[in-house]
Amino acid sequence: MAATPSTPVDLSLAFILTPPPLGNWLVILPPVLMITLGAVLMMMRHATRLHGLVAVPGLAALVVLDALLLWKVAVEGPITMVMGRWLPPFGIAFTVDVFGALLALVSAMAALAAGIAALSDISETGRRYGFFPFLMLLMAGVSGAFLTGDLFNLYVWFEVLLISSFGLLILGSEREQIDGALKYALLNLLGTTFFLIAVGYTYAIFGTLNMADLAVRAREVSGAPLMTLAGLFLLAFAMKAAAFPVNFWLPASYHTPRLTVSALFGGLLTKVGIYALMRVMIMLFPVQHEAWSFVIGVVAFLTMVLASLGMLAQNDLRRLAGYAVILGIGNMLAGIATGTVSGLAGAVLYALHSILAMTALYLAVGRAAALSGQFTLSSLGGLYQRAPGFAFVSLALMLAVAGLPPFSGLWPKIMLVKASIDIGAWWLAAGILVSGFLSTVALGRVFLIAYWRPAPAQAEGKMPAAAAGPDRPGGSAGWLSFGPLVGLTVIITLFGLFPEAPMSLSQTAAIGLMEPAAYIGSVFPAGGRP
Amino acid sequence: MEFPLAILVGTFFSAAIYLMLSKHSVRMLLGIAILGNAVNLLLFTGGRLTREVPPIIGAGMETLPAGAANPLPQALILTAIVISFSFFAFLLVLTYRAYQELGTDNTDEMRLAEPKDEPMPPIGY
Repeated sequence: MAATPSTPVDLSLAFILTPPPLGNWLVILPPVLMITLGAVLMMMRHATRLHGLVAVPGLAALVVLDALLLWKVAVEGPITMVMGRWLPPFGIAFTVDVFGALLALVSAMAALAAGIAALSDISETGRRYGFFPFLMLLMAGVSGAFLTGDLFNLYVWFEVLLISSFGLLILGSEREQIDGALKYALLNLLGTTFFLIAVGYTYAIFGTLNMADLAVRAREVSGAPLMTLAGLFLLAFAMKAAAFPVNFWLPASYHTPRLTVSALFGGLLTKVGIYALMRVMIMLFPVQHEAWSFVIGVVAFLTMVLASLGMLAQNDLRRLAGYAVILGIGNMLAGIATGTVSGLAGAVLYALHSILAMTALYLAVGRAAALSGQFTLSSLGGLYQRAPGFAFVSLALMLAVAGLPPFSGLWPKIMLVKASIDIGAWWLAAGILVSGFLSTVALGRVFLIAYWRPAPAQAEGKMPAAAAGPDRPGGSAGWLSFGPLVGLTVIITLFGLFPEAPMSLSQTAAIGLMEPAAYIGSVFPAGGRP
Repeated sequence: MEFPLAILVGTFFSAAIYLMLSKHSVRMLLGIAILGNAVNLLLFTGGRLTREVPPIIGAGMETLPAGAANPLPQALILTAIVISFSFFAFLLVLTYRAYQELGTDNTDEMRLAEPKDEPMPPIGY
């Protein structure tokens, strides 16, 4: 006979008994939607004509969901949902604050643009090999990483986006791609393994992986080797974000896949590393961050300066764009190094700008190649003559990437320079300005040579339309690839002209990271922890 | 039990790092495999090693008995094993393809994506 418990079990000790309000489901809907669509697309793998019809509305729905989520979070403060209704910290929590929702929204916008561009850029074979399912799973990983409130769950989302990025990177199986992918795969896997090591130590020290719980306990614990732990996290996330001494995988691989894939990667992947770095270093380990901030500052300085020198030295437009991605990482790290609200707000704002601008920059490179059939600066030319409208859009993008007014790159740079001067780190401010100047020179030269220079003689006889087939580098030159580029440029321009809303949201995000009381309060509503 | 396991984890880590410093992609792969196991053992050790006290809440008890092993790290390891196994499988195929396509497993000679003699960009026109 089975023994019945003598006392009725008090479920309220372990479970949340009240069902969550309907609006809170928004917290987990983005990854759920993306995983579902990824599975559906996988099942209709051979119906390649239908892929775009499912994927693009799906990404549009993701933008809408993330926008609703951001609006809800900005109005009501952080919201939490727990898997299986277990009381936190036992259940895996999804906790969303303004920081996470903001990045999720902007990355969904970039993914939508890339998804539309893919309709013309990705060939039949690419679709058959699963471009759109991989894209959906990549977005599941990215949104999950931005929305989760659990450190191990963050690791799992990192792996989700990593494995789908492998699939996207080798789409086409060209020799260059295999070469780039090998370096990308080995070094990124190493980075996530370091992250896992740090997660293991975190669990051994604190006995919890819930971020809100950790944020409380890390401020109470003494005597634990937290400096080492913070250092491990720093190494792991710097590797994911492509900060200087551990960034060699990025220039080795980002120029090899299809341009749409490069655009996705350049826009999204490194920013997930920056997000995780800010979440862990600022919110969880503020004391240790203080001690590491000088190291982060030096890394930021070297990343910026070396990336801008790298931009000057590239002949291949795609590789130049890769260094532009790294330049942005340096700027964001500078904001993290300052550790002040204005510096962090600058870093968040820069991340938003960088997601949009880098996606657009790669798309522009793809279009330049579609118009002229090549990527190298030494043989490009005459683009202004051929497509004045596109030249205008490109100029706007280059000014935005270089951080010149009136585009989105200006405001975060101003905030970052001011924050660095405020804490007396004049060298950091100098690094931001000098690297910005060097990148202006590099991008100005691209415009001068590829756009203003008359087309070189040997390319004169080539018909641009002949170079624009779907299997050519850079893909098609139709409106399907130009539309997203124009859309992103319009957003970037509006962001530059009316920066108040993104600025105040970034400010809220930074304050939420520095003083996580609201975040903790949303996970442990009663104020007490078990 | 923690002490010998800590030594073992350390040995695994050093062997993995030694292998990954090699130029040959196959050795680097072996290094990655050992590194994955080192991390799994590390997580396992972090979860308190006891054979005698199972993590079961008996009748009439409210919490686990003192000194019981923690079951959560084992769940973490299970996830990590699955992930690292699938990544390792992918990397094996990728390395083999790289060997087929590039004809070498020496990473110094894999310069297809980053050619050695790439020209500098034009200074002007």
